[in-house]
Amino acid sequence: MVCELWKTRLDTYLDGELASEEMRDFDSHVHSCPTCGADALARVQMKRSIQAVGKRFTPSPEFRKRVQRRIEAKPRRGAFGIAWMTAAAVMAVLVVGGLATTYRARDRARTEQVFSEVADLHVGMLASSAPVDVVSTDRHTVKPWFQGRIPFAFDLPELQNSEFSLLGGRMTYLAQTPGAHLVYSVRKHRISVLVFQEGSLRARLDENAPAKKELTFNLETWSHGGLRYFVIGDASVIDVHNLAELLKRAAA
Amino acid sequence: MSGVDPQSGSFEELAMPLFDPLYNFAHWLTRNRDEAEDLVQETYFKALKGFSSFQLGSNFRAWMYRILRNTFLTSFAGLKATTTLSLDDVDDEERPELAVEFVTPETILMDRSNADLIEREIDELPVHFREVLLLCEVEEMSYQEIAETLSVPIGTVMSRLSRARKRLRDGLRQRMCEGSRMEQPPVKNGMNYGL
Repeated sequence: MVCELWKTRLDTYLDGELASEEMRDFDSHVHSCPTCGADALARVQMKRSIQAVGKRFTPSPEFRKRVQRRIEAKPRRGAFGIAWMTAAAVMAVLVVGGLATTYRARDRARTEQVFSEVADLHVGMLASSAPVDVVSTDRHTVKPWFQGRIPFAFDLPELQNSEFSLLGGRMTYLAQTPGAHLVYSVRKHRISVLVFQEGSLRARLDENAPAKKELTFNLETWSHGGLRYFVIGDASVIDVHNLAELLKRAAA
Repeated sequence: MSGVDPQSGSFEELAMPLFDPLYNFAHWLTRNRDEAEDLVQETYFKALKGFSSFQLGSNFRAWMYRILRNTFLTSFAGLKATTTLSLDDVDDEERPELAVEFVTPETILMDRSNADLIEREIDELPVHFREVLLLCEVEEMSYQEIAETLSVPIGTVMSRLSRARKRLRDGLRQRMCEGSRMEQPPVKNGMNYGL
């Protein structure tokens, strides 16, 4: 019966997708249990066979050359090309002026949408019976939990001598982008810290935006090292700002 | 290839090393050399056109595979492949497979002459199972990278992968049954296949 439980995750183990602690547990079990060891060996054989069979199609050299010729860097343009490009540039300036207003309005709408979704994620966490998937006040436990679950790494602040405590973390999604959702507490309030890859979010968020209100929550956001951070909660604007500063210092 | 900086090289420098694996993947999707060539060619043109908008810090390989897959899905062959799913494939697609049986068909794969069995089984998988299996086993992408490529959550990747593997094993078991009925060798190399 115990082995049945191991077997449900055997493929994930062989894909190297378990957390490092689980990998170690699996390693020792597979080495000590002949049934699971044999099963693991058979599945490794299957993986190797699929890999060998799966690499069977190769492009012809002619096809490769044809595509390569089409995508390689174009030669410099002649005088006619330069004159044409100048005229095109003048036209572009006129058109861009007209479009700028439209884009600004669209950017504003996207930004509002992102803030609204961030507030939804915070409310979702507050309403959940299991607000965090990794329950720990230790940043050295919470941070490694995200390894392999999200496509980036981030630093968490040391909270000794501060009012804040780390409660844990969970994976989350914003605009179909995976990210980290960390939960902190300050007095009786819970604050969400959300971290995403900046490039994945389509909204253009103001770098120096001051703390703002979103659905009566206080929210602060900034970008650092290709990551976009959001701090949101019903704590005071000073608390939200102080936690944001701690995170900024940890990431610096 | 993960996290490639597009500024660090030209499109050609970044994209051409992916040419062979992309072509291989395209051939598995289309099952046809001409269609695979068309698909790869279109993928490279689209990617070149959109390269300036490729976002810094994103995964270039996943981006290329995503373009190829989206191009396939909107092609005639892709529409045909995705609209012929059985209800069984769709109804419980997102349900994780909890019970994995102890299966033995893997053992026959130690014999290289049986490679065509697995090739046929992969070929017969529905496209959404075939692609996830190939991206994991052949391209050795992480679940995260597959999720980015297919634009689905990691849970869906795990569920599809589990179901694809189960189908493959079941299919192999069935072929072994048929083979053993014809050839009458219930035990091979002293191993019982448990059929």
